Amino acid sequence: MKIQEMILTLQKYWSDQDCILMQAYDVEKGAGTMSPMTLLRSLGPEPWNVAYVEPSRRPADGRYGQNPNRLYQHHQFQVIMKPSPDNIQELYLDSLKALGINPLEHDIRFVEDNWENPTLGAAGLGWEVWLDGMEITQFTYFQQIGGLEASPVTVELTYGIERLASYIQDKENVFDLEWTDGVTVKDIFFQPEYEHSKYTFEESNTDMLFKLFSMYEKEAKATMEKGLVFPSYDYVLKCSHTFNLLDAKGVISVTERTGYISRIRNLARNIAKAYVAEREGLGFPMLTKEAE
Amino acid sequence: MAKDVLFEIGLEELPARFIDKAESQLISKTKDWLDELRISYDSITSFSTPRRLAVLIKDVAETQTSLEEEVKGPAVKIAKDDEGSWTKAAIGFTKGQGKTVEDIYTKEIKGTKYIFVKNQVIGKDTYELLPTFKGIIESIQFPKNMRWAEQSLRYARPIRWIAALYEDQVIPFEIADVTTSNFTFGHRFLGSKIILKSPTDYQFDLKDNYVISDPNEREHLITEGIIQIEKEYGFQIPIDNGLLNEVRNLVEYPTVFIGSYEESFLKLPSDVLIISMKEHQRYFPVKSKNGELLPYFVGVRNGDDKALNTVIKGNEKVLHARLSDAQFFFEEDQKHSIDYYLEKLERVVFQEKLGTISDKVSRVVRITDQLAQQLNLSEETKEKAVRAAEICKFDLPTNMVNEFTELQGIIGQTYALNFGEAKEVAKAVADHYLPVHADDRLPENIEGAIVSVADKLDTIVGCISVGLTPTGSQDPYGLRRQSVGILKILKENKWNITVESLLDLTQNLFRDQAIEQNDINKVRNELEQFFGLRATYILKEVKAEQDVIQSVLHQEIGIIAYTLAKASILSRKRNDHDFKSVQQALVRVINLSKKTNQNTINPDLFETPSEKELYQVYLAVKDSYINSNSNQQAEDALLQLGKLAEPIHNFFEHNMVMADDDQIRNNRLSLLNLIATLTFDFADLSAIEWKQQF
Repeated sequence: MKIQEMILTLQKYWSDQDCILMQAYDVEKGAGTMSPMTLLRSLGPEPWNVAYVEPSRRPADGRYGQNPNRLYQHHQFQVIMKPSPDNIQELYLDSLKALGINPLEHDIRFVEDNWENPTLGAAGLGWEVWLDGMEITQFTYFQQIGGLEASPVTVELTYGIERLASYIQDKENVFDLEWTDGVTVKDIFFQPEYEHSKYTFEESNTDMLFKLFSMYEKEAKATMEKGLVFPSYDYVLKCSHTFNLLDAKGVISVTERTGYISRIRNLARNIAKAYVAEREGLGFPMLTKEAE
Repeated sequence: MAKDVLFEIGLEELPARFIDKAESQLISKTKDWLDELRISYDSITSFSTPRRLAVLIKDVAETQTSLEEEVKGPAVKIAKDDEGSWTKAAIGFTKGQGKTVEDIYTKEIKGTKYIFVKNQVIGKDTYELLPTFKGIIESIQFPKNMRWAEQSLRYARPIRWIAALYEDQVIPFEIADVTTSNFTFGHRFLGSKIILKSPTDYQFDLKDNYVISDPNEREHLITEGIIQIEKEYGFQIPIDNGLLNEVRNLVEYPTVFIGSYEESFLKLPSDVLIISMKEHQRYFPVKSKNGELLPYFVGVRNGDDKALNTVIKGNEKVLHARLSDAQFFFEEDQKHSIDYYLEKLERVVFQEKLGTISDKVSRVVRITDQLAQQLNLSEETKEKAVRAAEICKFDLPTNMVNEFTELQGIIGQTYALNFGEAKEVAKAVADHYLPVHADDRLPENIEGAIVSVADKLDTIVGCISVGLTPTGSQDPYGLRRQSVGILKILKENKWNITVESLLDLTQNLFRDQAIEQNDINKVRNELEQFFGLRATYILKEVKAEQDVIQSVLHQEIGIIAYTLAKASILSRKRNDHDFKSVQQALVRVINLSKKTNQNTINPDLFETPSEKELYQVYLAVKDSYINSNSNQQAEDALLQLGKLAEPIHNFFEHNMVMADDDQIRNNRLSLLNLIATLTFDFADLSAIEWKQQF
């Protein structure tokens, strides 16, 4: 199965489970969790079921396109369900069947993995799902988001698309994966992988990035003060990506690191609170809608 | 007729590390619960897998054991009137208990007579009481709990079903919207939903559905499978108990398999291979009969052997990916030199005020150099120790350590050898982190021991100098552990260096480097207290008691091996009758000396033979004591002091210390003071609670 088909299959499958199909969010981020479609929407009492593909940038993982397993940017298929359905494990396993993975011919396991993202004041409990020893999905029950207690609890499924594809297509090297007939990951992503790695580790303008971080942070705060939650959150994402670029270049010391993380976390916390307050002000519209 | 009872909590996959403790809680809580309810039974068996915790209670009595209860009423004084008839109070009491005055009997409690009735508590039907098991389920404690959906219950993982059976009857209760039933589920993929006809069918029904509910049986199957492979291939597969325990709790139906990886990966440091297999993939590494790593691994599948080859291939692929990643790092790392990495350390902060790792390393080098001089090491050993200090942290910026942080030092050793360093130097790079925990081994060679002490001294003195003294449970730099490490190394290597001199040389270094720090005397006090507590800990480890510890540490920690020897001899002497006279003499001198600070002696002022003799003996003892002391002969040093006992006793018998003549008095006090000072140098004998039998 080609990557394109995998994505279509997962989209169809989760759409049939009443998930809203969203598109990737247009600000750089390290993981699908950071999309406001997950991070903000998983807050508060309103039900929320959504699925989307998220290109995720991890500057420190850039390897100039030379490493068979690591990428500056990989793809996650993200499923969010709030409240978490009682049969979520079965739903998930059926999605694997939809991808052609017959559980009787494999070893599928749920291995404890507790997830934490201090930058976003977020934490959850769950598993990494193993397929014959390979981690293919992060399965998490959110317990805390933006420093707030998650209630009701949202469940998040994050499929690593390239990981899963390398298994399904039986390829050793991520660049050999077929995206669609006649087109490989290498065709599409090799050049950007190389260039982004070179930029991140060698060419990025450190002074500019430091300045940008401060500017984004300032704008996030200012926007927040005006009660504009979503624009403010976009700037938090920009702060986070800028920090990742600086960190990957090794220009942030261990002690400074904690400082930067706590600055981003404070912003995220304030936004989380403001988001819930704003939704409450609106009377939690999606809650009422469900009741109708 | 007795009946059987089964409770099973069905869960989403529990973390493997939670399961054993949860199962043992379940069984002990069930016992207590049955006892408290007065429900008799024959036996309790527990079961556990990643998806279930269960108890089977056999031959449960159908009713609670009945109970005869004594109910105490008012005192007889109140219960009977003057004529001896029952009062209203007595009648009221009996009525309240559903009895009549006929049932009254009396008993005396603490001199007062009271009236009593006996109440028969009839046992209830067991079935009615069983739903309170809900409380047992909810009371199981896990290391970490979670919430799910809209439930307020916090539990290890979401509860998905509860089987609760009294023979064939369902015991009704509900937890987190899950209602009890008579069904359970087999293996996630190989089994199906099972309707349980009776509690005793439980483990057999499960087995038919590919669930081995007894963890010991799963463990046994895994061990058997491994032994089978060992025999078949002539391998040696060491079974790590921690790993075995984890693996048995990751599967409901174990099938052991063997996989392989490319032989070329064996060129990687073996720790990298082992960590990748054991920690990351939960495989058992395979060795040859002579203990060499072979390019195979043993894994355990949760399921049967259907399409086992696909599973093996998948696992091999994952390991291959991990190892090729490691190999990529290994090859990248080899492209550079030690100097390249050392230069990188100039940009890694150790601690804000204490500078970079590179700054730290240069201090460690200087401490190492001075230590080597004090220990009179050969020029060659000294050079190796200094080289080891220079490169002790060079592996930190390598890709490999970045990836496998737990291998810091070990990677350093491997790389150092590859880069052509001497093998003692390489070994010291690995060992300078030792001891990592309380029972850990110590550095093997002298170079490693010196660098280990130097590195730890730098961290401890550095951190405390800038106000990072550990408080309560806060010890982020592990200073406590490191200071114990220093003392243990000093002790085991029997180094002739006092702890205080180590602090001197390190503090001087920080002063020379003009590092901004707190008041130097205050820091010194804190350091001495800090190490004093650790020395106490070490002394307690060799069973010294608090008073002896106080007596040997009263002035300084000194040379730790010698201090330990002193504590050991004093621990013996405090129970030794023959030592009584010595101890009394010396303690008397110490106590008197506390009243004076005179210390000038004029031998011409001695009047009596006994004081002259004491002075003579003192002079002789002083020389021999100093000699024993400098050779750290604790027993001998104490023996020398003991020679003073008789002359001291004579002195006190024949002389008035507080003579009227000032000069004579001061002269006598001075003599006592000098003896006390000499004794004090050994230990504060007055701090010991002597326990000689008389």
